[in-house]
Amino acid sequence: MRETQGFKIYRGVVLIVLGLFVTIPLYVMITSSLKPLKDVQGAFTWWPSNLTIAPFIDMWKTVPLARYFVNSTIVAVAATAFSVVLAILAAFAVSRFKFRGRTVFTTTVLSTQMFPGVLFLLPLFLIFVNINNGLGVQLVGTRLGLIITYLTFSLPFSIWMLAGYFDSIPRELDEAAMVDGCGPMGALWRVVLPAARPGVIAVAIYSFMTAWGEVLFASVMTTEANRTLSVGLRQYSTQTNIYWNQIMAAALVVSIPVVIGFLLAQRHFVAGVTAGAVK
Amino acid sequence: MSVATQEATPAAARPAKKKSKPGLERRPGLNRWLPYLLLAPAVLAELLIHIIPMIVGIWMSFVKLTKFFIANWSAAPAAGLGNYKIALDFDNAVGEGLLKSFGVTVVFSLVTVALSWVLGMAAAVALQPPFKGRAMLRTLFLVPYALPAYAGILTWNFMLQRDTGAVNHVLEQLHLSDGTTFWLIGGNALVSLIAVATWKLWTFAFLTLMAGLQSIPGDLYEAASVDGAGNLRQWRNITLPSLRPVNLVLVLVLFLWTFSDFNTPYVLFGTAQPPAGDLITFHIYNASFLTWNFGTGAAMSVLLLIFLMIVTGIYLLVTGRRSRRA
Repeated sequence: MRETQGFKIYRGVVLIVLGLFVTIPLYVMITSSLKPLKDVQGAFTWWPSNLTIAPFIDMWKTVPLARYFVNSTIVAVAATAFSVVLAILAAFAVSRFKFRGRTVFTTTVLSTQMFPGVLFLLPLFLIFVNINNGLGVQLVGTRLGLIITYLTFSLPFSIWMLAGYFDSIPRELDEAAMVDGCGPMGALWRVVLPAARPGVIAVAIYSFMTAWGEVLFASVMTTEANRTLSVGLRQYSTQTNIYWNQIMAAALVVSIPVVIGFLLAQRHFVAGVTAGAVK
Repeated sequence: MSVATQEATPAAARPAKKKSKPGLERRPGLNRWLPYLLLAPAVLAELLIHIIPMIVGIWMSFVKLTKFFIANWSAAPAAGLGNYKIALDFDNAVGEGLLKSFGVTVVFSLVTVALSWVLGMAAAVALQPPFKGRAMLRTLFLVPYALPAYAGILTWNFMLQRDTGAVNHVLEQLHLSDGTTFWLIGGNALVSLIAVATWKLWTFAFLTLMAGLQSIPGDLYEAASVDGAGNLRQWRNITLPSLRPVNLVLVLVLFLWTFSDFNTPYVLFGTAQPPAGDLITFHIYNASFLTWNFGTGAAMSVLLLIFLMIVTGIYLLVTGRRSRRA
């Protein structure tokens, strides 16, 4: 592309329009979280009449936000940890070994990701109910049920992405380690993993984001005790009031951990996410 | 995502190894079992949460699984094709609802994918040559994608409120409407859905297309410039054809995502969805959990799966043939 006058005008228009499209909701979210309740209940204003941080304090009392926060954190961290470990092992197998059934495995695992969630939501719900009836392990309405479910959500993509990362690490490195007396697992731990660290971080962030933002299963599989943020934030709408300023404050606080994590690792993340489409 | 690429890369990139080389080949017994051992946990988890439930789901669609049989669902009586007949009987309330919801979803999906692609392409091209502030804008454009879905959608919900929302306020200030439009009920619900979904999705198109643009060799453009081709012609004759493989995957992924989107309608409307915004996954969810009629819900899910598989198959077939010819 040459930077002609026409191109500069085009660029200016595109960036202003899309910049506003992206920024206005973020701006509304931030400023509304700093408004008193009467401001968000009246006609919309661009700027708070009285700048206040009260919504950030009140939001913890209106709904048990702290509990939802703890639930979401436990579920997302545990699902991420398990998912990353499983993905590392599987990706190592796919990347470093030739074995019968490898193509079947990668194809099947990847295609499960394309299926809509409702498809297995109902049966999974019933299976969980049955496990409870038969084995006495409570999965519906507990964090464990969500952890097991979420761990599989990011798994296919994590395996695929990590296998790509592992492939880019020369095999000579882990072979040299094995000559020096490491087993294959030692080579994975000491050579492959450290070299693939950006990939592992990206996969971990992806898994965390998936679990942190999940709505469908959380709406069915949770009860008051294990409710996560994605469902809990709805509770600010009561019969008598909708606390929009507190909703926006809570949405902001809930978003901060993922947005920061994402932006820090975005380079690796973006490379991984787009690699498949571009290759 | 791109299954074909995944299969091709590891096998093709690695030449067959000689026996004299040290390493994994030295341990034939371990070498044979280790990969399966490494895969076992992942396979087990996938089986438990995805594969087995899907098989159960298909079974469910052939039994009368109403609320009377939930507690002891394996004893539910067979229904044959009964659930499918109910779901596909378009003269009846259930079938009619499914058909309408399908129509809404087709429109939603096509418009959202088209808009996301156009915006993503426009931004990717605009951000291609380096300029001051490019990195910052790129990061800013990523925020909607990074935000948890419900946080972004709740913000839009607030902005789309009739009396207190930003959207009506802006439209009134610009004299485009009197500021009393309903956005979350009635016919506008579909417009709102498309706007919110596009807000979140166009960024992904942007990311992918941006990465695609970077892989096009610069000398192609230089040669075209020497030949006197303007920017628009360069885009048409170089950029678009070079991005063909990227676009094929991107459009398919966007389509599958939007067609099975649940978050947007659920967070935007709650459980009382307006008919104009009744997307199919949300419709199935309501049909199953509000009426506790799991059998019909399962039949609808299977129909949705079959539809998605047919569309994907045709798409891959048509695009595959075309790209081979090109």
